[in-house]
Amino acid sequence: MADVDAGPNGLNCILWTDEARALADAAAVDALPQAGALAGIPFVAKDNIATTHLQTTCGSRILQGYVSPYEATVITRLRDAGAVLVGKTNCDEFAMGSSNENSAYGPVLNPIDRTRVPGGSSGGSAASVAAGIVRIALGSETGGSVRQPASYCGIVGVKPTYGRVSRFGLVAFASSLDQIGVFGTTVDDAALALEVIAGRDSRDATSADCPVDAYRNSRTNDLAGVVIGRPREYFPSSLDPRILRLCDEALDRLRARGATVRDVSLPHTDLAIPVYYIIAPAEASSNLARFDGVRYGLRIEAKGLREMYDSTRTLGFGPEVTRRILLGTYVLSAGYYDAYYRKAQQVRTLIAKDFRDVFDSGVHLLFTPTTPSTAFEFGAKSDPYEMYLNDIFTATANLAGVPAISVPIGDVDGLPAGGQLIARHFDEQMMFRGAYALEAERKAPA
Amino acid sequence: MSTVMNRYEMVVGLEVHVQLLTRTKAFCSCDASYGAAPNANTCPVCLALPGALPVLNEEAVRLAVRAALALGCTINETSIFARKNYFYPDLPKGYQISQFDRPLAEHGRLDIEMTSNGTPVTVRITRVHMEEDAGKSIHDRYPGATAIDLNRSGVPLIEIVSEPDMRSAREAGAYLRALKQVIEYTGVSNANMEEGSLRVDANVSARLRGQTALGTKTEVKNMNSFSGVERALEVEFARQCEVLAAGGTVHQQTMLWDANRGEVRPARSKEQSHDYRYFPEPDLPPLVFARAWIDRMRTELPELPVAKQRRFAADYKLTPAEIEVLTADSPLAVYFEEVMRSGADAKAAANWVIRDVRQLLNDGALLATLRVRPPALAQLLAMVRDGTVSHAAATRIFAIVAESGDAPVEVARREGLLQERDLDALTGWVDQVLAENPDEAARFRAGEKKLLGVLVGQVMKLSKGRADPKAVNQLLSARAAAGE
Repeated sequence: MADVDAGPNGLNCILWTDEARALADAAAVDALPQAGALAGIPFVAKDNIATTHLQTTCGSRILQGYVSPYEATVITRLRDAGAVLVGKTNCDEFAMGSSNENSAYGPVLNPIDRTRVPGGSSGGSAASVAAGIVRIALGSETGGSVRQPASYCGIVGVKPTYGRVSRFGLVAFASSLDQIGVFGTTVDDAALALEVIAGRDSRDATSADCPVDAYRNSRTNDLAGVVIGRPREYFPSSLDPRILRLCDEALDRLRARGATVRDVSLPHTDLAIPVYYIIAPAEASSNLARFDGVRYGLRIEAKGLREMYDSTRTLGFGPEVTRRILLGTYVLSAGYYDAYYRKAQQVRTLIAKDFRDVFDSGVHLLFTPTTPSTAFEFGAKSDPYEMYLNDIFTATANLAGVPAISVPIGDVDGLPAGGQLIARHFDEQMMFRGAYALEAERKAPA
Repeated sequence: MSTVMNRYEMVVGLEVHVQLLTRTKAFCSCDASYGAAPNANTCPVCLALPGALPVLNEEAVRLAVRAALALGCTINETSIFARKNYFYPDLPKGYQISQFDRPLAEHGRLDIEMTSNGTPVTVRITRVHMEEDAGKSIHDRYPGATAIDLNRSGVPLIEIVSEPDMRSAREAGAYLRALKQVIEYTGVSNANMEEGSLRVDANVSARLRGQTALGTKTEVKNMNSFSGVERALEVEFARQCEVLAAGGTVHQQTMLWDANRGEVRPARSKEQSHDYRYFPEPDLPPLVFARAWIDRMRTELPELPVAKQRRFAADYKLTPAEIEVLTADSPLAVYFEEVMRSGADAKAAANWVIRDVRQLLNDGALLATLRVRPPALAQLLAMVRDGTVSHAAATRIFAIVAESGDAPVEVARREGLLQERDLDALTGWVDQVLAENPDEAARFRAGEKKLLGVLVGQVMKLSKGRADPKAVNQLLSARAAAGE
């Protein structure tokens, strides 16, 4: 781990580790009479998921040194299945970013090409899997923060249905969009990990009481009778033709497995980014209020309470987090709420309805590119809005709450690209069925 | 000033917070009771640790619905929680989970009868919503520092908002007492203002009598008793009248009541006019009730104070003052009715419960463990009624029963308090008194009628209260008439 991660040319993908503890945990798993589903499998978790022995900083200065006294449900479930937590991964601060350049602990390098970003915000988890440090990793999604880095790093990334996985212990960015996701080197790794962490948790009122299927049973590699929609809004004329070609090839491979491909429309897709960048910052402005220097984390002493809040939060948060808090505060303010937040929620229901309509019309899965481009170079997107457009194909699934997966579909100039499969609410079974088939047909990368 | 004030009318609406009597907090399983060491009753949820999430306490919902139904509200089949955002050190999340544009319940009313001046008043209830309490900032414990106790953080509350339907401080006080009574009857809260389980903020404005438009209101806070609310309203109303009479304008602001000085002063500007940036709480699903469940909750309500008062008037023919005392709290009313069921006379039962039973309670006894059980009191009243014991003896018997729990008839026999009606015994006492007081005896025989009372008293004293005073009276009167 240290060989690839640390040092001047290291990936900087892992922030906190405790080797002795990990070895002790592994030994304890070995000593168990019955092996769990993930016995002895090492995993890493994004630094915004609460762990009791390693810090949970969310890639922020404001939580430097903070160790949670309790453990996230997903960590407990993985450990109960025998998996061993070996590190906490770098990420964009409070999961806000698409390049991992927003971490207080420095950027993560893309293991495929170290001059490029790994994607974000779960870039450290994606890079850890892509570099072969672990086979599975936990990330979190708010607008594409697992699928986009999975695509940039050439691995599999899943965002489950909203409510499928407990958020208890996930430090909230935008609660109505946040969902813990998994990375795997293969679809099978991701399916196994999701199976372990999914399911109702009494500590998260938004977690669904919905049976969890055995996702690995979806490995039929047979898509006979499956209708795959190709939403035209995700294939704009401006799309990089090389990515378009990889997508067309992927669709051909899905057809070869028996699927029918149909052109469909999700008419409100172009509103997803504006809506996302109202709702997510609004919720973030409230969720991040607790980082006030009073109870934990950074506190900059000052002569009065207001001054302490000001200096703690000014020094504790980076510029992107600050920008989003300000944006979110603004859109919730008296006199602006109706024009921004309420309107955005109304449009959000239209986006969700687009998905419902298309799935109700007999379509089982949607196939799209995961991202409009491959991994870009550090500093290439200095304009925030340009950066936000990275989420253009992924944020819709968060807004609608539907499950989606990114599976590698080939390379463009040596850089991986991902294809996205989106399914109906709680139909991860179908999502994995498509993903297994897509993966099975993929040519081995050069 | 008072002539100026007479030209204006006070308009008051009240916002009352009531702490629900749950075992655990609203959104976590921490103990909700008072009195623990600072921060002992806390967990990741009510400390707002990163990643913690709220889960709604169903008992809090049940109590909130019960209170809202008792206040005649319509329960919204779907209501939603909202975040009220503001920074304060004892508000750990930086927002309070509350309800905003879709509250738990709306459109209720509270009828206030039996006010001392006898005029019935109806106050409309705008809404009842659920929310959580904040923690407590302690400024006087550590020099130069503020300590935070989060035991109260997340304790479930309901806020009961009234329409501006009250026209005097007395009406406001009557509303609060009636509200507290309903809350206590339904068992949803202790509703104790001194302990902070009931808190009142008052919106008050003044307008010229005869006008219908509302004046600019101020919000008065920091009262810690019902009488404090009444005094604060009078003082703030007087201040507003003075401003208006001088041609000034009342500014919408928050005023703090200073009970020691009997003054109101404006709150610091920091404590005013927040933009709370309410938005739906994404961590909690909407609160959805089945119509049938709401109906069942309604049928489970106990008889409420106003209904009980009306029934007491109709069934027992008691005075408004008696009814007010007997129905002040539900257990006393229940006690009274148990006495009635054991066959007592309403007037006598009311007198004894109001005077003697309440005296025991004032001395620290609890109704539930009172040794004078309702059937025993009924038995005692029957003995008074049929002349078995005198009223004076009954008072002694009551005191002994209150100590021992023995049956009144037993106590009367044991203590020799059964009334003596044997003519020989009575004649003996009368003869002895007349013999021992020759002067009074002579004057009495000569026609000085007013001495009758003195002589009866002497006989009662001699008989240690056992003589039947009516019979003694008759005997003495007969002697006077006969000139003996």
